[in-house]
Amino acid sequence: MRRKLLMTPKEIKNSLERIAFEIKEREDIKKLCIIGIRNRGDILGKRIKEIFMKETKVSIPVGVIDITLYRDDFTTLGPKPLIGSSEIPCKIEGKTIILVDDVLYTGRTTRAALDEIIDFGRPEKISLCILVDRGGREFPICPDYIGRKVEVGDNDIVEVHLKEIDKDEGVFIVKRGGKH
Amino acid sequence: MKFILERPVKKVPTLRGITVANLFFEPSTRTLNSFVVAERTLSADTINISKSFSSVAKGETLLDTARNIEAMMVNMVVIRHSVPGAPHYLAKRINSSIINAGDGAHEHPTQALLDLLTIREKFGRIKGLNVSIIGDIIHSRVARSLTLGLKKMGANVVLCAPPPMLPEWFLQYGVELTYRLPEAIKDSDIIYTLRIQTEREAESFIPSIREYRKFYTINYGNLKKYAKEGIIIMHPGPVNRGVELTPDVADGPWSLILNQVTNGIAIRMAILYLLSGRKEE
Repeated sequence: MRRKLLMTPKEIKNSLERIAFEIKEREDIKKLCIIGIRNRGDILGKRIKEIFMKETKVSIPVGVIDITLYRDDFTTLGPKPLIGSSEIPCKIEGKTIILVDDVLYTGRTTRAALDEIIDFGRPEKISLCILVDRGGREFPICPDYIGRKVEVGDNDIVEVHLKEIDKDEGVFIVKRGGKH
Repeated sequence: MKFILERPVKKVPTLRGITVANLFFEPSTRTLNSFVVAERTLSADTINISKSFSSVAKGETLLDTARNIEAMMVNMVVIRHSVPGAPHYLAKRINSSIINAGDGAHEHPTQALLDLLTIREKFGRIKGLNVSIIGDIIHSRVARSLTLGLKKMGANVVLCAPPPMLPEWFLQYGVELTYRLPEAIKDSDIIYTLRIQTEREAESFIPSIREYRKFYTINYGNLKKYAKEGIIIMHPGPVNRGVELTPDVADGPWSLILNQVTNGIAIRMAILYLLSGRKEE
C-alpha cells in the first residue's frame, strides 16, 4: 500500500478557517447549529465552532450523529458495527444545520444523516460541509462548503487523520494493491 | 440504543423489511410488549402468536408451527415456551435467528442482560458488587441466567430461599446459599427478589404462602434493620405485592423495578440489531 499526502495539518487548518468564514458570510449566525457525523465529522465540527468563537465570540451548539442505524446496506453487512450515541444539544426547529463530515464519496452517508436529522425535528435549512470531496457520487447530493476537491479512483481510499483520535494529522490517499 | 427512546421520533429504519415473529406459548406482559416495542422502534414488522389463539390449541407441534411461520418469510423468531430447551431445539431446525424469551425454568437471557445493564447504569460497574437473589430460586429461569451473568461480570452472589426452593447444585456457579433472610440482606448492594411461581406448582415446595411471608418478604422493617445505606431493590416482574415485597418497598426510592422495564427495550433492540442481517458464511 502506498500513501500520498493530500493535505498537511496546516492546510486542514486553513481550509476550516476559510469554511468558517464562508459560513459566516452566507448564513444567519443566530440560527446556526453544527452537527458532525461520527467519527471525524464531529471533531471537525468542534474545530469550526472554536474558530467561530475566536472570530465572533458567538458559541454555536455542536451535536453529533451516528448514522449506523440508518445505513441502506444494513441487511447485507456481516458483523454489526458498534453504535455510538447521537446527541443534538438544541431543538433543531427553525435552525440552520451545518452537517459536517470528513470525506464525501457516494453520498450514502449524507443521505442517512439527513434522514436521521429529520427524525429530530424540522430545521429551516441543512447545508453540507465537507473536508474532502473525492467525487464518485451515487446519490444527487452536493456539498455547500468544501475544503478540498479531488478526483480519486474507486480503488483508492481517502483517509483523514485528526490528532484528537489518530496518532498523526493529515489527509492521505492510500493506493490499494490489485488492478492498478 | 436507549438514546433512541428519548427522541421526538422514537423510530429508526434499521430493520425495515424484516419480519419478527413473537411466539409466546406462556403468558407475558413485560417481555412480549418489550420485544414488540423494540421491534417497532427498529422499524421491523411483527406478528404475535400465542398458545390459545393459534393452531397450537388444535394440536400442532412446535416444529410445525415454527416451520409454517418461517414459510411466511419471517426473518427472526422470539420464543417463550414452558419446555426448557425449546429455543435451542428450534434453532437447530429452522433458518431464522431464534431469540430465547424464557424457556420453562431454564433460562431467560434477555432478562439477565437488562438487569446487568440496570446495575451498571446505577453503580457504574458490576464487578465486586454484592447481589442477593431472594425467592423461588428453583423454578426461576431469571435466577439461573442472572447468576451466570453476574458471576461472569465478577459480582458476588448470595441466593436465599426456603430450603426446598434452594437447590445445592447452584454451588457449582461459585455462589453462596443461605436460608436466612437477614444474612442475605446484610452487606448486599442489591436485593433481587423473585416471584413464587404458582404456575409451576411452587406452592407445594413450601408449607404455605403465609409462612413464606413471615420469613422471606422484604419489608421496610427488615430493610431498616439489616440493610446498608444505598441498597437497591430489583424484581423482574410481575410483582406479587405483599409476598416477595411489601408495596412500600416496591415503590420506594431504592426500587429500580421500572428502570429495569425501560432498559429491557434497549437490550432487546441491541439483540435484534446484532442478530439481524446476513448470517455469517
